[in-house]
Amino acid sequence: MSIVTVQRRVLEKNDEIARCNRAFFAERGTFVINLVSSPGSGKTSILERTLEYFSGRINVAVIEGDVQTDLDAQRIARYRVPVVQIVTNGGCHLEAKLVEDAMANLDLHGVKLLVIENVGNLVCPSNYDLGEAMKIVVASTTEGDDKPLKYPGMFRHASVLIINKIDLLPYVSCDINMLKDNALKINPSLKVFRTSCTTKEGIDEWCGWLEQNLSKP
Amino acid sequence: MHELSIAQNIIEIVRQNVPENELGDVRAVRMKVGTLAGVVAESLRFSFSVLVADSPLKDAYIQIEHIPFVIQCNTCRQSSSNDQGFAVCPTCGGSDTTVLTGTELQVFEIELDDLHTEAL
Ligand SMILES: Nc1nc2c(ncn2[C@@H]2O[C@H](COP(=O)(O)OP(=O)(O)OP(=O)(O)O)[C@@H](O)[C@H]2O)c(=O)[nH]1
Ligand SMILES: [Mg+2]
Ligand SMILES: [Zn+2]
Repeated sequence: MSIVTVQRRVLEKNDEIARCNRAFFAERGTFVINLVSSPGSGKTSILERTLEYFSGRINVAVIEGDVQTDLDAQRIARYRVPVVQIVTNGGCHLEAKLVEDAMANLDLHGVKLLVIENVGNLVCPSNYDLGEAMKIVVASTTEGDDKPLKYPGMFRHASVLIINKIDLLPYVSCDINMLKDNALKINPSLKVFRTSCTTKEGIDEWCGWLEQNLSKP
Repeated sequence: MHELSIAQNIIEIVRQNVPENELGDVRAVRMKVGTLAGVVAESLRFSFSVLVADSPLKDAYIQIEHIPFVIQCNTCRQSSSNDQGFAVCPTCGGSDTTVLTGTELQVFEIELDDLHTEAL
């Protein structure tokens, strides 16, 4: 028997491409967020409300990750912003290389904000840095308040938690203070917002905060 | 099921560290996997075995050393461990903590059964 010592991080190739992506975005002055959540928590809906907020203020572009379809990209195209679809063909998450490739179809000049909607999945996307400035995790009230305990990896990597579908609170047994506390145990520096995409409650707070971050150097 | 893509990366690392004609000698691929690495050991082993079947690496398998999640408090300096990924200090309740271990996902050793080649 002989032993070869290697000491290599398994995802170092992804992280290297992510670093290049990050430098590419910085050169163009584009702030990039990576939206992650379970399927159906409201990533696309929050993105739609966010596009409405920024319409006429700044230029936004979108990358839509989806396992199979371009349905979300079609929804976003209505807002007349540049949108690139990445179909992962069964892949459960986006990787930095896919984002790098998508850049060939996206002109970022003048684009202040790039939103990447990841594949709906609370496990896999957490391992993959795409080169974003921050991950935004969306958890909706219909999923219960224990999500952070079940998926700590995602909450640990995120900078922001958006608790969505608060309009449904009267109908579901979800304690959003508990949800928030659970998330903060995993990641004490999480910034937390509460939103409803139907009543638009909380959308201005979220978008206003994001807008402030865009203007930071 | 990102374990499949992770297994692909592992195979790539093995191929970069072992000469082509010795791939058939690879046995244990030893990994350090943190509690919070977000990887299910069973499905990683399975994905790996599926990918190496019918390849020169067919006798290779993954051996995992589990690394506990350990934080150190920057207020009271105590270190502590938990399996849930809590970043709050259980001693003083402080939330200014540093993760010491438990997020690793790395290949650290590759074992080769090369006795027969040496005998030649
Ligand atoms: N009541 C209510 N429904 C919402 C809210 N936000 C989203 N929805 C609904 O929830 C469903 C899923 O929303 P999407 O925005 O498509 O969720 P998603 O996270 O993009 O879903 P995937 O991309 O498939 O993972 C849709 O039927 C939305 O109309 C909300 O704040 N309140
Ligand atoms: Mg969507
Ligand atoms: Zn302490």
